[in-house]
Amino acid sequence: MGQQQGAYFVPSKSQWPIVAAVVMFVTVYGAAHWLNAEPGESGFGKTVLLIGALGILAMFFGWFRSVIKESLAGNYNDQVDRSFRMGMMWFIFSEVMFFGAFFGALWYARSYSVPWLGGEGHGVLTHQFLWSQYSAAWGATGGNGPEHVGGDFQTIAPWGLPLLNTLILLSSSVTITIAHHALKAGHRGKVLLFLGLTVLLGATFLWFQAHEYIEAYKELNLTLQSGVYGSTFFMLTGFHGMHVTLGTIMLAVIWLRVLKGHFNKDHHFGFEAVAWYWHFVDVVWLGLFMFVYIL
Amino acid sequence: MAHAATHDHHDGHHGAPSNFFVRWCMSTNHKDIGTLYLVFSLLMFFIGGSFAMVIRAELFKPGMQLVQPYFFNEMTTLHALVMIFGAVMPAFVGLGNWMIPLMIGAPDMALPRMNNLSFWILPFAFALMLSTLFLPGGGPAGGWTMYPPLALQTDSLAYVVFAVHLMGISSIMGAINIIATILNMRAPGMDLLKMPVFVWSWLITAFLLIAVMPVLAGAVTMLLTDKYFGTSFFNAAGGGDPVLYQHIFWFFGHPEVYIMILPAFGLVSEIIPTFARKPIFGYKAMVFAIASIAFLSFIVWAHHMFAVGLPLGAEIFFMYATMLIAVPTGVKVFNWVSTMWGGSMTFETPMLFAIAFVILFTIGGFSGLMLALVPADFQYHDSYFVVAHFHYVLVTGAVFAIIAATYYWLPKWTGHMYSEFWGKVHFWNSVIWVNVLFFPQHFLGLAGMPRRIPDYNVAFANFNMISSIGGFLFGASQLIFLGVVIHCVFFSKKKAADRVWEGAKGLEWTVPSPAPFHTFEVPPVIHDEELAHGHVED
Repeated sequence: MGQQQGAYFVPSKSQWPIVAAVVMFVTVYGAAHWLNAEPGESGFGKTVLLIGALGILAMFFGWFRSVIKESLAGNYNDQVDRSFRMGMMWFIFSEVMFFGAFFGALWYARSYSVPWLGGEGHGVLTHQFLWSQYSAAWGATGGNGPEHVGGDFQTIAPWGLPLLNTLILLSSSVTITIAHHALKAGHRGKVLLFLGLTVLLGATFLWFQAHEYIEAYKELNLTLQSGVYGSTFFMLTGFHGMHVTLGTIMLAVIWLRVLKGHFNKDHHFGFEAVAWYWHFVDVVWLGLFMFVYIL
Repeated sequence: MAHAATHDHHDGHHGAPSNFFVRWCMSTNHKDIGTLYLVFSLLMFFIGGSFAMVIRAELFKPGMQLVQPYFFNEMTTLHALVMIFGAVMPAFVGLGNWMIPLMIGAPDMALPRMNNLSFWILPFAFALMLSTLFLPGGGPAGGWTMYPPLALQTDSLAYVVFAVHLMGISSIMGAINIIATILNMRAPGMDLLKMPVFVWSWLITAFLLIAVMPVLAGAVTMLLTDKYFGTSFFNAAGGGDPVLYQHIFWFFGHPEVYIMILPAFGLVSEIIPTFARKPIFGYKAMVFAIASIAFLSFIVWAHHMFAVGLPLGAEIFFMYATMLIAVPTGVKVFNWVSTMWGGSMTFETPMLFAIAFVILFTIGGFSGLMLALVPADFQYHDSYFVVAHFHYVLVTGAVFAIIAATYYWLPKWTGHMYSEFWGKVHFWNSVIWVNVLFFPQHFLGLAGMPRRIPDYNVAFANFNMISSIGGFLFGASQLIFLGVVIHCVFFSKKKAADRVWEGAKGLEWTVPSPAPFHTFEVPPVIHDEELAHGHVED
């Protein structure tokens, strides 16, 4: 429990930060050891990675449990609430910049590196000396570069599953907003219904995304190794998919918390933080749909 | 004014826990976490410094002297990574942790547990990174910028990439905490434009950190997948481009440079007014100059890449954008000098380091202007001139400001005065030997000596020997600093007053020395004349 000090709330000592640092270290140490193992060598990396990942789950469970207890005890005043809000907003901003790095790579590949390899602009000499046969194009005809890294492939058509997924995510933004309004109006049943719908929509999105990946690998020969097209396609959609997964888990946790009556119409920062995060993955998807699938 | 904030109940059950592990590993106290950051930074400063000593020893004479070339390259790479992410940045976060709540009248940081996590990630991240030295295949040796395809040959790349991820997480959480603290925890009456310049500089720096650390994470993630998962981001055969990495890296890298200097500007802007016994000249101009520099830092990144083969239009744009930075930086130097003008100055150790900062940082700024010129840069690029330039801005800039701030606030932290005599011995040794160390490197670079090489043409022998002698003595001088700090913390008998320096203004001087475990549990009533910048002219 935290303590009220004078006019402020200062949280008490906690073991969770140092536990978090340890389990994060264990996780990445395991991952690095695994990646670095010689081919055929059976290292302990995978085991360590698994232990670390379970540790991270346990840490999140423990840390959030203590925070929820403090919140339910009414320890968090308006000032703490504002600090939490700022923390979440700036965290989302950092996530935007993380995706920015990969969108930047996509735009650079499409506007500069691929055309230059085809002899445009100041890439003319590279083209003539190294790859004079290569005619630059994005997509299936040239997106894997002058040496056709990964072999011939086909792209995912935007107006099938990706369009459906866009509609699913947009609808989920609507349902979570309805849930939020219902929460503010104090209708718990309606909150549970629409929040539950949001979770289902998120899970459906992920189901279709998995289906799309299987189709890409099995039928279209579009893989992570398909040159820079495959790299940008799978890294962008993959990181987005990981964020949707995380967001869906967060929504499910919030659904359980609504069920247990953790929120009231004035005090529900946990709900709002997850809603913001959900809108963020939604906006990122719109960028993906536009720049990865359509254009 | 703030007497009510610091009365008696910080002993007893409100004081620091007696259990060592509980106190330091589970802390939620900004002062203890600040101390952890500063001690960690000092440790890393000496580890990174020992790497530099290996470099200077190898370069003492032409020919191969002591180490294998690969080990030499590991040393240049890890010296940079340790000094940037381990010494300079944690030192600023430590100073921010200690001083920002005291300067704005807050009881603690806004998110104290996350604060503890931000710190404790760092020792693990550096253990991971430095452990690569002992792995088969060795540590990273492709330079701290980790350019592909060279960096992709590093056997231990995954360890380094994950270490960078951890450092990034730590920095982002630290920055979020600082922004939330400054925007949400100020005492009533501490308006934004009354805050100390150091607090302003950290607010803007924190924004830069949140904006660019994720970009670095993205860049190194692409390195990771290019090496281990067969992606083609930086592989021209697959339609990618090694230069793409440089763009993404320097989009992070240039704001990173200002992350390491803006808080130093803030520190010097606190110290000079104190010892000149005058308010800072042009407070608002100082704040807006920091903000302008931060904005410009996002549109100059390609000046690190002039020699890589950019389109002409890009070279010209980035050249002019880079030269624009001289304007707000010039405003700052002008204002520091104007603050001293007509002041009744005294020259205690913090002031000596601050004045040395102004002069020597300006030298580093001018050599930066030379490097900003595209045609001239074709000659200077990747030469020792660049090494001299960035060591002038980072050692006599950032590190001198950190040392100045340590002397300035050490009595407040410990309640005891450091030895002024040994502080001055440290200063004069540092300022002389740092110039012997780095000034000849300008000449070496102009004469054509490339950076990151273990052996060189005999024509460069004399200046290299002078530089190495300066390096050894500058390194040894920092042991004096260690001695002064240890003496002050554990042995000094001379009590420090609450207002340690006669001309010091601001809330941090209204609490006792040493600052009690909890301060400002009740927000202080603020009188403008007590603040360093209470009366800002419009």
